[in-house]
Amino acid sequence: MRRGMLRWASSRRLPATRLGLTTLVALLLAVGLAACSPEPSAEESTPRPVVIGSKKFTESVILGETLRLLALDAGHPARHRAELGGTRILWGALLSGEIDIYPEYSGTLVREILSGEDVSSPELLEVALAARGVRSSATLGFENTYAIAVPEPLAEQLGLQRISDLREHPDLKLGFSSEFLDRADGWPGLRQRYRLPQTRVQGLDHDLVYRGIDAGHLDVTVVYTTDAEIARYGLRMLEDDLGYFEDYQAILLYRAELAEKAPDALAAFRRLEGAIDAPTMAGMNGAVKLEGESEQAVAARLLSEGLGLAVTVSGQGFWSQLSQRTLEHLGLVGVSLGAAILFAVPLGVLAAQNARLGHLILGITGMIQTIPSLALFVFLIPWLGIGWLPTVVALFLYSLLPIVRNTHAGLMDIPVPIRESADVLGLTRGARLRLIELPLAANTILAGIKTSAVLNVGTATVAALIGAGGYGQPILTGIRLDDTALIMQGAVPAALLALGLQGLFEFAERWVVPRGLRLKPSVGVRAEADPDPERPGA
Amino acid sequence: MLRFEGIFKDYGGTPALADVDLEVSEAQTTVLIGPSGCGKSTLLRLAAGLIRPDRGQVWFEGARLDTGSLRPARLRMGYMIQDGGLFPHLSVRDNVALMARQLDWPRERREQRLAELADLVQLPTTMLARYPIELSGGQRQRVALMRALMLDPDLLLLDEPLGALDPMIRFELQRELKAIFARLGKTVLMVTHDLAEAVFFGHRIVLLRAGRIVQQDEPRVLLDSPAEPFVAQFVAAQREPQRVLLGAGG
Repeated sequence: MRRGMLRWASSRRLPATRLGLTTLVALLLAVGLAACSPEPSAEESTPRPVVIGSKKFTESVILGETLRLLALDAGHPARHRAELGGTRILWGALLSGEIDIYPEYSGTLVREILSGEDVSSPELLEVALAARGVRSSATLGFENTYAIAVPEPLAEQLGLQRISDLREHPDLKLGFSSEFLDRADGWPGLRQRYRLPQTRVQGLDHDLVYRGIDAGHLDVTVVYTTDAEIARYGLRMLEDDLGYFEDYQAILLYRAELAEKAPDALAAFRRLEGAIDAPTMAGMNGAVKLEGESEQAVAARLLSEGLGLAVTVSGQGFWSQLSQRTLEHLGLVGVSLGAAILFAVPLGVLAAQNARLGHLILGITGMIQTIPSLALFVFLIPWLGIGWLPTVVALFLYSLLPIVRNTHAGLMDIPVPIRESADVLGLTRGARLRLIELPLAANTILAGIKTSAVLNVGTATVAALIGAGGYGQPILTGIRLDDTALIMQGAVPAALLALGLQGLFEFAERWVVPRGLRLKPSVGVRAEADPDPERPGA
Repeated sequence: MLRFEGIFKDYGGTPALADVDLEVSEAQTTVLIGPSGCGKSTLLRLAAGLIRPDRGQVWFEGARLDTGSLRPARLRMGYMIQDGGLFPHLSVRDNVALMARQLDWPRERREQRLAELADLVQLPTTMLARYPIELSGGQRQRVALMRALMLDPDLLLLDEPLGALDPMIRFELQRELKAIFARLGKTVLMVTHDLAEAVFFGHRIVLLRAGRIVQQDEPRVLLDSPAEPFVAQFVAAQREPQRVLLGAGG
């Protein structure tokens, strides 16, 4: 009797497909969550670390690193979220309290961040900032403004000295950083002020601009006056004869509350006021970008030589860094993909059951796919801040479409006679879906998940831009420093991870795709039972 | 048992059935026949609840087929179609026993019934572990019949059940099926386009044309006294090969 009961129980097992998919999702979520489990919580007595942000160019990262060392030296815990992207992301993060302080430039503040407001005097500027709970330091002692630069030989040949001279040469190839192309104080204004005739303007990453010039793809570009590459690539900066470019003094923007919450750290930060001159800054940029020193080492030298502080620098080993990035990346991919499967499969089922709803669901998920990842981050940051959460949400959204679409397609492809046979047998709608339709669509659904996984691993590298780390970090830094080996340190593991996931899913097919669908028709069986179709009368 | 009452059915403006009344008698085989598009399959699909009539009613065992009564009614029907309609991802055993498992039959009872049915349709029990793709066409139809019979239904609905088989296998299965129906005493409603098959199986043949019943009678009567010229034409057309043969011989 007991044996009978047991056998009966085991015969009512979960259908293999559901079991397989459930295991898969659980595995992904477990790996993801384990990989991104929060850092051990700080003890009660230690104050909350000051969070420093920096933009994704070398000078900003050096300054951010300097700030971190200053806080540590003052005995205050500090964290540097390096290479967070552009002005918009940093400013947003400062306002939402994701970061406490970051290096900025006065011109950017006045003309970009607060554009459209009257901040013509220092007093008005202070009021405008105070209204947002933000304060500004005095200048750090150097200016890093935009300059238009041309390779020395070309400048010599065409006799270019001033920006006005460009007017005579409409055929020159112009290439600017994308930020400069768009911003109010960038190319549109410059073009208007100097009445420049050039129409061929390329937008690219600032760090790629020098490569473009070097390779001869570009004739004219915009540089920052403290860029170390100006000397290296032999560029001539053209005189701003109409006085277009604003004053771009380096400053620190910080949350006003820092004065109460971390006065010690703030006092340390403000020691940088007036402490760095332009040649020093250009030298530090060169040390990092051209000599390959770490930002941390350069920042430490500044503090010891300029401010007389003895700072110890600790580097992270290659393997520990790699494993940390792998964990970060797995955390992003696992959680976003697992959640996407949980949402997308039911959405695909709904889409297959109701044609009108299906149009809507496929339309919306398709539309999400067309939003560039950076734009999506910018939408998400006001709600979710920076770092892990907005990245996971963005990756989750991007992962929906392939799974929804394939679930829908897999279900729609089931032949009508099969569906009807299930109906007439008396299966309920739920049982039909669970026992017949989902298993039959399993192969297609899994293919969608596979596509999502590979896309996800790739897209997750962009996450470094908003401080979520992962394999994108060395890629980002590598592009900034023009360091191919560093780019490989991110690109190769990312590619391997994508391949590994693909392999995992192929392995998972055994559980998810029912055996009957993996078999090839057996010719032997056919021939033995049916007469040869060529000779029906035999 | 099964009764169609004043049925009208349109497919996008084209009438498929117009005012059809039909009573399917118990423990007999009723065959629906007629040219393509005459409405014979539509009638069968109405009985299976796969479509709804625009007007009129389908009665099954004293109750009207509607949303509420459909599922219990289906559990007392067996359904078999041209290609078997087997679920490719399930083994023969799981295909046949699927519904019994859903209804919580104990394993012993399921296995016993499976063995009975395999014996009935002459399927070697070693085939139970195979998947549909590993079976021949004839074996698939045997399995489809097992599945249709699993819950011991009162009514069998067969839509061209042997239509996809080659002639030898078809001939063999026809005889087996007829014997099985006779042995079990089931009520059968079958659709075919082949008059010889209809005559072979049918206690009664219902000839349809353009959505209307033209004649319903025993095979003998239908062949000997056509109710209208169309019936005679239909019968003559299906006898063509025989006549060619006879003509050649004489």
